[in-house]
Amino acid sequence: MTKKLTNTYLIPYVLWIGLFVIAPLAMVLYYSFFDIQGHFSFENYVRFFTPIYLRMTVSSIGYACLITFFTLLIAYPTAYLLTKMKNRRLWLMLIILPTWINVLLKAYAFIGLLSTYGPVDTLLALSGIGRKQILFTGFSFVFVSVYLFIPFMILPIYNSLEKLNNSFVEAAYDLGASAWATFRRVIFPLTLEGVKSGVQAVFIPALSLFMLTRLIAGNRVITLGTAIEEHFLVTQDWGMGATIAVFLILAMIVVMALMGKGWLKRW
Amino acid sequence: MWQGRCHSRYSAGDPMTEKTIIQFDHVAKRFDGETILRDINFEIERGKFYTLLGPSGCGKTTILRLIAGFLEPSEGTITFDGQLVNKIPPNKRQVNTVFQDYALFPHLNVFENVAFGLRINKLANKEIEPRVKEALHFVNLDGYQNREIADLSGGQKQRVAIARAIVNRPQVLLLDEPLSALDLKLRTAMQVELRQLQRRLGITFIFVTHDQEEALAMSDEIFVLNQGKIEQSGSPRSIYDEPINRFVADFIGESNIIPGTMLRDRVVSFAGKTFDCVDQGFDEMESVEIVIRPEDLELKPQGEGMLQVRVESQLFRGVHYEMIGKDADGNSWMIHSTKSAQIGEAIGLFFEPEAIHVMRHGETEEDFDRRLESYEGADHD
Repeated sequence: MTKKLTNTYLIPYVLWIGLFVIAPLAMVLYYSFFDIQGHFSFENYVRFFTPIYLRMTVSSIGYACLITFFTLLIAYPTAYLLTKMKNRRLWLMLIILPTWINVLLKAYAFIGLLSTYGPVDTLLALSGIGRKQILFTGFSFVFVSVYLFIPFMILPIYNSLEKLNNSFVEAAYDLGASAWATFRRVIFPLTLEGVKSGVQAVFIPALSLFMLTRLIAGNRVITLGTAIEEHFLVTQDWGMGATIAVFLILAMIVVMALMGKGWLKRW
Repeated sequence: MWQGRCHSRYSAGDPMTEKTIIQFDHVAKRFDGETILRDINFEIERGKFYTLLGPSGCGKTTILRLIAGFLEPSEGTITFDGQLVNKIPPNKRQVNTVFQDYALFPHLNVFENVAFGLRINKLANKEIEPRVKEALHFVNLDGYQNREIADLSGGQKQRVAIARAIVNRPQVLLLDEPLSALDLKLRTAMQVELRQLQRRLGITFIFVTHDQEEALAMSDEIFVLNQGKIEQSGSPRSIYDEPINRFVADFIGESNIIPGTMLRDRVVSFAGKTFDCVDQGFDEMESVEIVIRPEDLELKPQGEGMLQVRVESQLFRGVHYEMIGKDADGNSWMIHSTKSAQIGEAIGLFFEPEAIHVMRHGETEEDFDRRLESYEGADHD
């Protein structure tokens, strides 16, 4: 009886997973085996290993790594400070708030801020450094992406820092550890789960960014995400687009495996 | 071989000739205007077992944290080995703590937990291994090096926490209610073990507890604390036999505390009668409180003994019966005896003059000690 009931409860979940996760993944895999004329072939996979696509993959992974690295660099100390603040809820709210605004809106706001003769450009000119091309560079792409991803890195790290029992920190001090040794040997290892979750929450979306590459990087940065978009919407080569998607999914699985069970446990 | 890590950091002269290791001089501690400790003065000697005893909120853990360096005194000075240490951080002190919740690092196994302090001090691997093994041997955990912390029982965690502290060869080991999480049987066993360990290591232990039995069983010296003040300090025996005031008499063991009047030296009146006692140094007709321990009251047939009471309640406590009797003046008397009496029965109580302990209202510890010394020596001639 109870077993039957649990099975009934599972139906919506199974339907959801089947229709919106497994079926689309199967279709992506299916399409990846057809060329632009609709003939079955392995052509797309061979093409993926040509220099153009390999370079794209390397640049995609490279940028995702950079974005993740800088996000972590900013988010960890911020999360740590946050746990020491008095009005934690308020500060946390302020950090979460920007995530409620649509990414496109934020991207357009940055176009305004970073464009030639925009406020940042003017500031640079006034400070004597001189006008610089900021928008449509790799720098602006990483900068804006880091800005967008920071809340997603802060939250899991903040949670694990909050859970960290302060007596571990005191025990480390008591045993002679300096502030740095305490961080390296106790605080960081004990919040590694949060870091892993944060890295996943940033690295995987960063790998498939495509809107920002056009709006902020002006197509100077070509990632796998951009390539998929091009193939599906512009060249109509769905087979090649699907093949790139397959590799992107593989990359994500690898990241998830590397980051351990933290992500799986959470979901 | 279990001496301090490096004496040169603190020592003024030869540290082994200096008896005192820690001294509190007029130490006070306030948090946000609230006074936690007021005017604390004491000396801690090398190689002894001290207990800070008191109810929760009395400031005993605050004293421990001041010694460990997690807190700084608001007033007064703390010296360690003759050196002022008010502002020395915990990682630069020659003390180690066994925390109440053990605080064992969950990401490290037993060996790495114990080795933590040694690795911080950058000892070579070939030095670390024998020392970790030795420390684990000291706490009877041979062969547990590779266990994970999560797989240990409460008692085993306790031992690892002790090993992790003593492996650094501190001069003073601080223990913050380390036995409170253990069940009664294990707690009693650990009391014996801790005491033996302290004797073998020969270092100072400062143990914090709210359990008076634990304090009496383990300590060389007890500090009884209440509301941020040391009420009384001394050996377990002297504190039990001669409590300074109502709080100490009540907190340490069971007590009958009865109002009385000191007629003259060695004569006291209470419960409407006059008794011989051994106390002196009071004013004539001074109003006092007298303490008689329940186990010092002897059951006698009605009409015999020094005092007549009627039994109001009776409980069987295992080793003894616990009875409450009321005298003609309305004072309640708790009696511990292997003999029992029926509820409602009238009985006599007998006690020796030595069983009566007279307490002066509001007497300071110095005055109390001085008064006791003035006649205790004379008693033996």
